[in-house]
Amino acid sequence: MNQCPVDIKEYMHEYLDGEISPEHEQILQDHLAICSDCKQDLHELEKTIALVQSMSHIKASDDFTLKVMQNLPREKKRVGIKRWFSHHPFLTAAAIFLILMSGSLFSSWGDAEQFSVTKVPNIVVENNTAIVPEGETVEGDIVVRNGDIRIEGKVDGNVTVVNGDKYLASAGEVTGKVEEINEIFSWLWYQIKNGVNSFINLLAGS
Amino acid sequence: MEEFVKSRIKQVLKGDHNAFGEIVEVYKDRIYQLCYRMLGNAHEAEDTSQEAFIRAYVNIDRFNINRKFSTWLYRIATNLCIDRIRKKKPDYFLDAEVKGTDGLNLYSQVQSKEMTPDEKVAKMELQELIQMEILNLPEKYRSAIVLKYIEELSLKEISEVLDLPIGTVKTRIHRGREVLRKQLRNI
Ligand SMILES: [Zn+2]
Repeated sequence: MNQCPVDIKEYMHEYLDGEISPEHEQILQDHLAICSDCKQDLHELEKTIALVQSMSHIKASDDFTLKVMQNLPREKKRVGIKRWFSHHPFLTAAAIFLILMSGSLFSSWGDAEQFSVTKVPNIVVENNTAIVPEGETVEGDIVVRNGDIRIEGKVDGNVTVVNGDKYLASAGEVTGKVEEINEIFSWLWYQIKNGVNSFINLLAGS
Repeated sequence: MEEFVKSRIKQVLKGDHNAFGEIVEVYKDRIYQLCYRMLGNAHEAEDTSQEAFIRAYVNIDRFNINRKFSTWLYRIATNLCIDRIRKKKPDYFLDAEVKGTDGLNLYSQVQSKEMTPDEKVAKMELQELIQMEILNLPEKYRSAIVLKYIEELSLKEISEVLDLPIGTVKTRIHRGREVLRKQLRNI
């Protein structure tokens, strides 16, 4: 034992790392040939490595990825989805088209030959025209289908006209947005806009 | 593989968060295994490896696309494991129920289809023994040993994961091997 070279242990580790120089390897070989203690040590080290390497490979659970995706921070994820929609407007429209097709869209478009207007106080209907009379204020959004709207008073909300025209008198005022929708695709977009926020929230899990 | 992962990272940066799912699929087993061997129980390994991926996602814009993604991910996961080991409450291991559950998990996770039940038990016991000795290593030796012999990373990669000079990594592996040798010599 006393004659063991000072650095023999280090040479063993160099050997195990596959990084031993020829000189050190020679010293190691020569010594192992005469020293059973060191030979035993090296043998044990090699066995130790083999044991650790024999550990079974373990796998993550089957729903691991799903769980990660569900736990991604919401803020960033929603931005991601919104970006996806804005990068893929046609696919978005197509997807939602398919979703809505089975729902109420076509029935609401199909039977929409008739005039209709959102029931709100202070609104007057004459010959398929909804009128917000001068001096009156309508509170809330108005949707007119298959007819026109004439605004002489004030609307505190959005006005949407489907298959019709809007006339805004000089005294008339709308605080919200005014939109005219005269084609089925625009109508679709209108439906989507109403639906898309809940659609996004559904995907984003909120 | 790195090229595929980098193309997915670019998608994630563009806002396509589903591309991140494909990255998780590539690395989930390796990262889970790292955490399992570092922490020694399935529940903590699951928590920590999940958190590693979430952190990678949150910080993805800080990843240097010219580096190796796996190294960066290993680094996040290893640091989380080390934090957890340091914070670990001493009474954790007294929870017998958790310990029992882990034994079952380990048993079911041993991939040993063609072995007889007796061989399975023997192998499981041997594995548990080795796992226990790995867990007894000081965390700085443990991380080096697990990255080297379980995850099979090169010394250079380990030095990048641990942010240490290669010489220091070697020293830690050598010391870790010596400790394990003394514990496992009589098997
Ligand atoms: Zn000797």
